[in-house]
Formats: sequence, structure tokens, C-alpha cells
Amino acid sequence: MAGLIALFVVLGMLGLIAIMLIGIYNGLVGSRNQVDNAWAQIDVQLKRRHDLIPNLVETAKGYMKHERDTFESITKARSAAMGAKTVSEAAQTEGQLADALSKFMLVVENYPELKANQNFLALQEELTSTENKIAFARQNYNDQVLFYNNKTQMFPSNVVAGMFAFTKRDFFQVETALEREPPKVNFT
Amino acid sequence: MWELIRTNKRNSILLMVLMAVMLLLLGFVIGMAVVGPEGGLFGVAIAAAIWLVLALISFSSGDQILLTATGAKRVTHDVHPQLFNVVEEMKIAAGLPAMPKVYIINDPAPNAFATGRSPQSASIAVTAGLLARLNRDELQGVVAHEMSHILHRDILYITLAGIMLGGIVLLSQVFMRGMFYSSMGSRRRYSSDNRGGGQAQLVLFVIAIAAAILAPIMAQLLYFALSRRREYLADAGGARLTRYPEGLASALEKIAGDPSPQLAAANDVTAPMFFANPFKKRGQRSLSDLTSTHPPISERVRILRNMSQGASFKDYAQAYTAVTHSKNIVPAAALTGDDVQIRQAQAGAVKQEKAQKQVHEIGDIMRRVNGFLFLTCGCGLKLKIPPNFTPDTVQCPRCRRTLHVHAQPQSPTTSP
Repeated sequence: MAGLIALFVVLGMLGLIAIMLIGIYNGLVGSRNQVDNAWAQIDVQLKRRHDLIPNLVETAKGYMKHERDTFESITKARSAAMGAKTVSEAAQTEGQLADALSKFMLVVENYPELKANQNFLALQEELTSTENKIAFARQNYNDQVLFYNNKTQMFPSNVVAGMFAFTKRDFFQVETALEREPPKVNFT
Repeated sequence: MWELIRTNKRNSILLMVLMAVMLLLLGFVIGMAVVGPEGGLFGVAIAAAIWLVLALISFSSGDQILLTATGAKRVTHDVHPQLFNVVEEMKIAAGLPAMPKVYIINDPAPNAFATGRSPQSASIAVTAGLLARLNRDELQGVVAHEMSHILHRDILYITLAGIMLGGIVLLSQVFMRGMFYSSMGSRRRYSSDNRGGGQAQLVLFVIAIAAAILAPIMAQLLYFALSRRREYLADAGGARLTRYPEGLASALEKIAGDPSPQLAAANDVTAPMFFANPFKKRGQRSLSDLTSTHPPISERVRILRNMSQGASFKDYAQAYTAVTHSKNIVPAAALTGDDVQIRQAQAGAVKQEKAQKQVHEIGDIMRRVNGFLFLTCGCGLKLKIPPNFTPDTVQCPRCRRTLHVHAQPQSPTTSP
């Protein structure tokens, strides 16, 4: 009789441990998926920035008739960013595009009629918002990576992580000094 | 942030159970007092039924009830691009799975709240007065604060607790009135019982009255006490999301100094869910005052401005203890040492608009919400056409030019 009770107790404990392990494993999977999702979000916002630029250029062209160099540099930077293949290449070209956008907005300062145009103001709001979204998408990615990395390294989830090959992820480090400054697109 | 969620979920369940227990106890005592010794179970059954109905209603459509009660109107991106964009930015920063529904409340008093069931189905409402007064950084701070409420799973708790509170108040009110009208009947019952039973019932009666008076007060105290803590934590979460505590601080300052009349939708039950204490007279209460729904604004501002090292929860906790000298309010699990740097200010000059211009802007925002069409005539006059305007053309009252009234595509962005 005592042996039977002992058997049940052991089985019960094993069951509890199993449930705990399942919970930890699911937590790791969920966290890793959040990291991947956050990475995809950065991509979405970068594409949004690419989509906004042609509109911006078209609206500005009517007013800034003699600024062909500015338009060219921004269009070139955009194509370079859209054609980037690797992550490090993308980080570099996106930084250059942000730089070109800042220079573009500096030139816009000289055209008060353009600044007062309703369409342009709305576009400017969209641009500010997109730059913010890119920054926040990166911020969120880093937050999710921190959470995930903590799980892979802290006890007891590191045990499960080791068993099922959950490796830690890299943070989205700021590449150039240029990128450290948020692109100043709002001068109002 | 995630550790906070776990603590919040556990506390929410705990307090829901506590409120349910209070409701059932109240029902039991009232039942015993009114019907007799066997009536206790009957009272409990009725209280349980009331609780169930309230819980079901609040869970399924509590957010809709609150939104309708405050007169909030759903808006799209075209109606107010900046608000929509700011909410979307914060949604990305918070890693929310779905975009919350955005509402604007037609009221000049600046305030905001969040409601909903879960992060998948959440809503954020902002008054027109808030939109007219705050610059982009400050609006971002307020939205981030509300987003934190959603993230920390506060909104379900606040919705449920608000309706539970309503249930407890209702039950006690019904009892008090029923008592008043049936006092004749119970006296008759006393005289037919034997002495011992009559005295016991009288004691129960007294307890029932005391319970009916105290229960709503206790429930309200519980509700408020936890609301204040959640406000601090939402401030901390908001500062962390934006990486800019000053935005939230200056928004709070602007709201504190606002001369508008009291928010029309504010009452005892809805007050705790707003961003700032909506009651005008009971503005700056001390923290020891248990019946205040919000921490005093001046204190919230001081804590936020004290965060000079960084914007993480740890920095907020340090600032909190530095300013209030009371024990830490952030749960220990959230104090992991993640290094969160404060960013630079983004919005340009602070919005220093005259009161009249702000009223004008509020009017414009509400017209956009209600579907007015905005036309600009060649002479510079801006015409605002109501949605039920049938003719195809309208004459400018200043220069007599004829303008065509048809839906002009206002949004210049390409659809995502």
C-alpha cells in the first residue's frame, strides 16, 4: 500500500515537472516568434518610407523648380536602399537615405509656399510618423530580443533552451554616427 | 513590462474574487435579515445571479458601454492623421498584436482613456480638447500611457471592476429602498416570532444595514487604491515606451493648468479610468487621502522629471522613492536592469495657442469627426460643409465664387 502511494507521488511530481517544462518551452517559442515579428515590422516601416518618397518629390517639384540635384540625390538614395540585399547593406543604405531626406527638408525651408501647401504638410506628418515608426520598430525589436535572451540565459528556462537549441539573438546595433541622430524632418 | 503583466493578471483575479465575495456576503446578510434564517442562501443566489449577469455584460460589451457613455466617436486616419499616426507609433513600440480602435470625445476638457477586453481588442479615446492643446511629443506621451494600460492588462480589470462596483452599489441601494418601503411588514413578522428569534433577526438587520452602507464604500476604496498604483505604473510604462519622460510630464502640466469646465462624462464610476483626475474641485489631494481616484498631478510630474538617468522601470522606481519617500511601487520582477536611454525632444516649438484659437481648433476637429467637408476657396476662406448638404455647388460668401462640392481625396499618401 505504501509503495502504491509513493508511486503516485512520484508520478504526480513527474507530471508537474512535465507541465512546467511545456510551459517554459511554449514561452520560449512565443518569445522567439515575437522577435521575428518585430524584425519583420522594421522591414514594413522601411518599405513605407520608400513608398512615401515619390509622392514627396512630386509635390515638391512644382515649387522647387531649380533643385534638380536635391531630387536626384534623394531618388538615388531611395533606389540604393530598395536594392539592398544583406542586413548590413540595408542598414548602411537606409542611413544614407535618412541623411538625404534631412538634406531635402533643409532645402524645403527656403520655399515658404511649399511649406504652406496642405498636401505637403500632410506628407510631412506622414514622413515624421514613418521615421518615428522605424525608430520604434527598432526599439521594440531590441526590447523583444532582450526578453528572449534573458529567457535563454536565465534559470530555469536556459535548461529547456539548451535542450531545444534556442540560441540568443543579436541586438540591432546602431551602425553609423549619422544614424544615432534621429533624422530631423520636422522643422515646424 | 512582461513581469508586470503577470503580477497584474494575478492581482486582477484576486480582486475580482474579493469583490465577488463582498457582493455575495452582502446578499447573504441582506437575505438573512429580510426573509429570515433560511433566506441567507436565497440572498446569496440572487447576488450570484446579479454578479454573473454583470460580469457577462461587462466582459462582452463593457468597453462599448463606456465609450458610448462618454460620447466617443470612432475615427479613421483621414479624420485626424496625427492622432492615428501617434497611436500606430505607440502600437509598434509596445509590440501590440493589433491596432487599437481610435476614438475622439467631443469635449474641450483635455483627457484620455483606454478600454477594451485584451490587447487584441482595445480602444483608445482622446478628447478634442487634448488634441488641440498638446504638441506631438506630449500627445505621444499620453497615448503611450494609455498603451501601457492596455499592455499591463489594466483595461479589462478597470472595466470589470467598474461594473462590479456598480453592482454592489445597486444591490445596497435596492436593499435600502426595499427596507424603507417594507418596514411595516418586518415589524409584523417580529411580533409573531418568539423572543429569541426576534432579537437575532434584529441584530442581523443592523448588520445588514451596516453592510449595505459600508460595502459600496469598501468596494470604492479597493477600486481607487489599486487605480492609483496602476496610474503610476502606466506613467512608468509610458515613459519607457517613448524614451522621453518629459513629454508625459509637460502634457500633465498642461492638463493641470487647463481652465476648461469639468469633463462632461466624468462621474464616480468612470473617473478612475481617465488619464488625469477629471474632477475639478477635488484636484490636488494628498496621497494619504484614500478616496482620490488619481495620484496628484504635481507628484506625477515631479517623479517623471526626476528620471534623469534613464527611462526604464528601475529609473522610475528610483524617482518614485526619491520624490514620495514611500516604499517602492514597481513590482520587483520588473526591476531588471535594462539600460534605457532617454532620447532627444522631437516636436519643435511648444504649442502656445490663444484660448480662442484652441476653441476654434476643437470645433474643426469635431467637424472632421462628424464628416464635414473642408473646402478652401481661392480668396482664402475655408468652408466647412455639413455631411447632409445635398447641392453639388456652393457659393463662397466672401467672393461669390462657385465651388464644386465633391469628395476631394485629402490624403496624399499611398495606401500601405
